[in-house]
Amino acid sequence: MSTGEDEPLHRRLGLTDDEHARIVETLGREPNGTELAMYSVMWSEHCSYKSSRRHLRTLPTEGSAVLVGPGQDAGAIDVGDGTAVVFKIESHSHPSAIEPYQGAATGVGGIVRDIVSMGARPVALLDPLVFGPLTDERNRWLFGGVVAGIGGYGNCIGVPTVGGEIRFAEPHSANPTIDVMCVGVADTDHLVTAQTRTPRAGSLMVLYGATTGRDGIGGVSVLASATLEDGAEASRPSVQIGDPFAEKLLIEASLELIDRDLLEGLQDLGGAGITCAVSESAARAGLGAGLDLDAVPLREPGMEPFEILISESQERMLAIVEPSKLDEVRAVCERWGMWTSVIAVMTEGGALTVRRGGEVVADVPARSLTDDAPEYDRPAAPPAEADAGDDPTFAAFESDLTETLLAVLSSANVASKRWAYEQYDRLVQGNTIAGPDSDAAVVRVGGTLKGLAVSTDSKGRFGALDPYLGAMHAVAEAARNVAVTGATPLAITNCLNFGNPERPEVMWQLTESIRGIREACLAFDTPVTGGNVSLYNESGGSAIWPTPTIGMVGLIGDHRLRVPSAFPRPGLAIYLLGETFAELGGSEFAETVLGLVAGRPPAVDLTRERALQRLLIGAAARTILASAHDCGDGGLAVALAEAAIGARNGFAVTLASDLPPHVALFSESAARAVVSVDPADEGDFVGLASEHGVPAVRIGETGGPRALVEGLVDVPVETLVAAWEGAIPELLGAS
Amino acid sequence: MTGSVPRIGVVTFPGSLDDRDALRAVRLMGGEPIPLWHADRDLHHVDAVILPGGFSYGDYLRCGAIARFAAVMQEVVTFAARGGPVVGICNGFQVLCEAGLLPGALIRNRSLRFVCRNVWLRVETAQTCLTTGLTPGETIQIPIKHGEGQWVATPEQLDEVERDGRVVFRYASRAGIVEDDHNPNGSTNAIAGVRNASGNVVGLMPHPEHAVDPDVGPEGGQPLFASLLHTAMAGVGA
Repeated sequence: MSTGEDEPLHRRLGLTDDEHARIVETLGREPNGTELAMYSVMWSEHCSYKSSRRHLRTLPTEGSAVLVGPGQDAGAIDVGDGTAVVFKIESHSHPSAIEPYQGAATGVGGIVRDIVSMGARPVALLDPLVFGPLTDERNRWLFGGVVAGIGGYGNCIGVPTVGGEIRFAEPHSANPTIDVMCVGVADTDHLVTAQTRTPRAGSLMVLYGATTGRDGIGGVSVLASATLEDGAEASRPSVQIGDPFAEKLLIEASLELIDRDLLEGLQDLGGAGITCAVSESAARAGLGAGLDLDAVPLREPGMEPFEILISESQERMLAIVEPSKLDEVRAVCERWGMWTSVIAVMTEGGALTVRRGGEVVADVPARSLTDDAPEYDRPAAPPAEADAGDDPTFAAFESDLTETLLAVLSSANVASKRWAYEQYDRLVQGNTIAGPDSDAAVVRVGGTLKGLAVSTDSKGRFGALDPYLGAMHAVAEAARNVAVTGATPLAITNCLNFGNPERPEVMWQLTESIRGIREACLAFDTPVTGGNVSLYNESGGSAIWPTPTIGMVGLIGDHRLRVPSAFPRPGLAIYLLGETFAELGGSEFAETVLGLVAGRPPAVDLTRERALQRLLIGAAARTILASAHDCGDGGLAVALAEAAIGARNGFAVTLASDLPPHVALFSESAARAVVSVDPADEGDFVGLASEHGVPAVRIGETGGPRALVEGLVDVPVETLVAAWEGAIPELLGAS
Repeated sequence: MTGSVPRIGVVTFPGSLDDRDALRAVRLMGGEPIPLWHADRDLHHVDAVILPGGFSYGDYLRCGAIARFAAVMQEVVTFAARGGPVVGICNGFQVLCEAGLLPGALIRNRSLRFVCRNVWLRVETAQTCLTTGLTPGETIQIPIKHGEGQWVATPEQLDEVERDGRVVFRYASRAGIVEDDHNPNGSTNAIAGVRNASGNVVGLMPHPEHAVDPDVGPEGGQPLFASLLHTAMAGVGA
């Protein structure tokens, strides 16, 4: 982004010369400044997906359960009995890097409005986050601020924060990755979609919620579509300020408007503000609109037309209303203490005509803003120095394995994130069956026995070494996390967090990641219902790790059959499901103990993954699993330790393996889980595992106060707890 | 009392969040849940009133400071003065303190962070609408979730509260030991809930409405709701 005063206006707004020429061609004349501002936000990377669109089209988006696929505010799936589940993930990384509390807070607000605008009540939030190491003071400030912002906003709007993940990696120091996923529930016939609602010419566009101010001017073009360089603090006025109280009222008023069937359409105001909401609503209906800026209630006098048009002031919604229903709409909003204002009327012909003081200040085809952004096929090429370094799998290792386990367990990635999630209200709405300490959060569908299992996962370290494998791992782990609870994975949303797409190696990471997601989603029959792309996450030419974050939604028909992740009692047989290979490339062990992010990530065998998922789901339905826990970061050793920590039940296991002991303990081979089974159910379980073709090895039993791996590890469970629980507070206490 | 099932009103202020949860808990425990609106000027013949958790009016000024001026609060004050059972949970507790119905005030947690976790409470008195069915000294598990739950009072108020047995719950261990380790927010004398002089008005920071349904949490809220329903049945407020 250049800020030179002698630059032409379009360049200062982030538009290229070619994009400017395209606008001139569309209009048949030079655009004025107001129009340029509108194009600059609507054709920004953030709004138009101009670098990623052609690749996103390769993702599978159809399936029997899909009600709404990509392209609307959020995707939706059918979970039976007239219930739709609406969900989406989004990032707010750039604002959070500059102002962590407000950046994270307004991220929550934005995704919640996306869900509400589909006609769904938000029922769960999850926050996958990646920061730089907590040994750095600025990273601690970002971490504390983001967590407080998520809590400060989410706790105030009555939507439980039930999960997410928190990771740490040096390349995310300057650019933390702040994603947020929201899940909502609606009656299928109340969904507000482009298909179910058809506004006509003469329909009114009613703005309600907060007033419009100068906060967040050009957030999408200034912040989200360029890299952050030194002096980014000067962008702080582009960060919006959140008002969760207004959001709560907005949620209730909006859902009441939908319940009473008063709307022809509903659109939230997020990136690109009024420009986006009005042009999208009009273009979607094949219409135009006459927009009167004098009708927009402003927070301060003297705002220019372009400022009103692109302000990203939070907590605003746009309802499309048939004129005869306007009074009723106003009454509902008034009851919730909110003003309403008719800012536009839908018109035939497709033109978006903007007036201020009776004068036309902009006149452009609505569709040209939403659909005509250029699409780039940017060059992609693997990095020149493609050497992943020596594979740590084959490094000699002689150290004490109990100490090694404690070190891995207290690494920031693996350690308990209680410090963060205790700052989130996970209970409100009264449907949280399993919260942030579960592999997947499980939220009951109110008034039913159905449970939604939701997990967010990214595998940045694997992605750094091989973006294709990293992306497949992320989908596989998300599916596994859902399946260990007994739920069937149904669909995903994804947030693609990458560096500058104008660099071929970043573009290559993006395309490789999309290829990995595509293959895994096809294999698991979990279509992509939408998501978000966050690019330009880099500073000084150094990008974040390629981080596609997967938000997986699954369904368990009866939440009472949910399988916990911890060993629930002594005397259970412990089985390791799946096969362990010599795969320490990109592992937590390699990074924490050897100081290496190197080698080749574990292979992904999608057939084995699918078989494991089916076994876990089938065994849960037959109630023969006492617990099931994913083998992920830190491998079998950490999976066993976490299963012991959860309910303070120790274990004694023996590993009969040809692998070196540290490899057997810490390999991160995919398609594995640790389960416990009541002795009475062992026969059934082993039979079922064999039916599904999943290797199941009985490695020991639960019980006792110690964690015992014969000949390798021997430590009291309480010591594991102290290491696991104490690590994050200790890192933060160092400040 | 107007029927065979007690009618328990739950007030929704703008920004109330746990109102639906309180209504559901009343229903699960066998009461008739009655939604009340902040602008209501009558209590619709309820037998007890719950002021629920949340962030009324955003809590931007001071927790509960604006809600106390809501129209319905005049009715609640009158109802309480006649001996009607009134329970304030979390933000509702803050509202009752602001309204002068309960002693003390709630300030930011000692950690300066919001905290959501299950805690154990030691019951200190059975002389309230919320604890008639419990025995002093017994412990119950209930979740807390608040950023401003540190109960404080003037030395005179504290003396009076302790002397007159107006402490209803203290944060404690499962075995009922009151130690600083178990105090999640730094409340004076580990006080988690207090009552008025006659025991018909109770405020507490923990959320008993989230401790009724065993599928989603502990069950320590059940005896509290049972007591409230029982008291309401006795028709004290009618």
